[in-house]
Amino acid sequence: MSAAAPERPPGEPRLVGYLYLLPALVAFTAFVLVPLGRSVWLSLYEWDGVTPGTWAGLDNYGELVSEEALRAAFLHALVLLFFYALLPVAIGLLLAGLVARARVRGLALFRTVLFLPQVIALVVVAVMWRMIYDPGSGALNEVLRAVGLGSLAQSWLGDFDLALPAVGLVGTWVWFGLAMVLLVAGVQKIPESLYDAARVDGAGMVREFFAVTLPALRGEIAVALTLTTIAALRNFDLIYITTKGGPGDATSVPAFQVYDRAFQTGEVGSAAAIGIALTAIIFSFSFVINRTAERGYAL
Amino acid sequence: MTSRRELSLTYVVLGAFSLFALAPVVGIVLTALQDPDGLATFGSFDGLHPSNFVDAWRDGNFGPYLRSSVIVTVAVVVVASVLSILAGYAFGLMRFRGSQVLFYVVLLGLMIPTEAIVVPLYYDYRDLGLTDTYWALILPQIGTSVAFGTFWMRAYFRTVPRSLVEAARIDGASSWFTLWRVVLPLARPAILTMTVLLSMWTWNEFLLALVMVTDEGLRTAPLGLSFFQGRNQTDLTLLAAGAVIVATPIVLLYVFLQRHFIRGMLSGAVKG
Repeated sequence: MSAAAPERPPGEPRLVGYLYLLPALVAFTAFVLVPLGRSVWLSLYEWDGVTPGTWAGLDNYGELVSEEALRAAFLHALVLLFFYALLPVAIGLLLAGLVARARVRGLALFRTVLFLPQVIALVVVAVMWRMIYDPGSGALNEVLRAVGLGSLAQSWLGDFDLALPAVGLVGTWVWFGLAMVLLVAGVQKIPESLYDAARVDGAGMVREFFAVTLPALRGEIAVALTLTTIAALRNFDLIYITTKGGPGDATSVPAFQVYDRAFQTGEVGSAAAIGIALTAIIFSFSFVINRTAERGYAL
Repeated sequence: MTSRRELSLTYVVLGAFSLFALAPVVGIVLTALQDPDGLATFGSFDGLHPSNFVDAWRDGNFGPYLRSSVIVTVAVVVVASVLSILAGYAFGLMRFRGSQVLFYVVLLGLMIPTEAIVVPLYYDYRDLGLTDTYWALILPQIGTSVAFGTFWMRAYFRTVPRSLVEAARIDGASSWFTLWRVVLPLARPAILTMTVLLSMWTWNEFLLALVMVTDEGLRTAPLGLSFFQGRNQTDLTLLAAGAVIVATPIVLLYVFLQRHFIRGMLSGAVKG
């Protein structure tokens, strides 16, 4: 995104441009930027939402590191990053790599089906997967029993060690279709000649993938990773409906802590600080992902 | 050349993942159709009992919930789309000082999570007497939608041939006329994709609705479903039917428009 001449929008300079921008910028400022600023302000106070608050300086930010429960929440978000972002993009790459070599019939239909989970409200997704994970009537345990693995059947969302990966897999289910659609579209833009060249050199499926497909997909990988990373870090709906952060705080994540502290336990300042920290983390992850994609051949 | 074995492998893998994507959806629809007095388990089939939907609709109060969702979604999408078209037009086809900086602000805005602004939104709107109104759901979502919409429309307007815009100007057309009569008719696919995405996100928004609204009559469909779930923990078929009711409008929108929608998404996504 340089300021070089061909990049520049056409037309002579026009002041009327500001007029066209004005309504959107006013709305964006009033409903997003001002609240964000207010959030920073609130994060500097100790406030229960009712009585007057007291100045706390950066104490609320210090607690992000010093308080066990908050450290755990951010750690869980990192674990979910694997399930929400890395795993879907890996699956998307696998599918894209396969599609790159074959002339697949009915690709449009596959794409429609694989993208479907994206379209369903997360609240519905959560209700659905609670039923699947249910220890009694759940489909997962039924299937395990049916194939003779009944001993593995258990309360997936009630187990301290399994609850987080179980919620994570729901995220994988939601996001892998999006990653796949983006990456397959990228594959179809790769010039056929690159593959021909690789094949002349006798490259097999695997080498072709690493030599041609992967480097060419940098831009798409960056977009897919950015979207899924943001989704992973700000994940609230799924947690709220499936586990409410439990058992214990085994699935507590920053977004849930924001809600819990601001609206349940009366720690408004702390909630605001978590929200701001979350935003900072999202900014830096997005920055790193897109920088890496712009720069290097090795992602 | 691709061998036959590779091709079948491709189909097997694609098929397996399609099954993974589809199975839970089919499962919940089947669950919603089960005999409500039977021994319900997720995804099994014991005949069709569409009456569950009627019961869920009535018990779950889904009529008003869906009405709220429609009001909020339509208001947000219409206003945000118009504002985004105007701003995207300026960013994409006009030159003015500071456009780069302003655009980066919008770009950052794309990444600001609701979680970061929901706390002051609630307490400030409470002081303004705006909680428990549609405004509390509509205004903030216009803000977040405008960030995405502007980004999206700018990407589209940058692909418009400059000769077209210049020709219009030489003919003496105002920038307003050029936008609505010359450029916009070509932008239909981009606008369609944007409105579908914005509708999807607005319809599915949960945290804001959970925080801003306590009045039963103002609850949106996803929020209504979460309360319905609280009341019907044990009634699997009824809950499944409620979940299907909430998901259906957007799924239908997607299914009907998916051809244009996915094409529009693919052309827009990676341009930045």
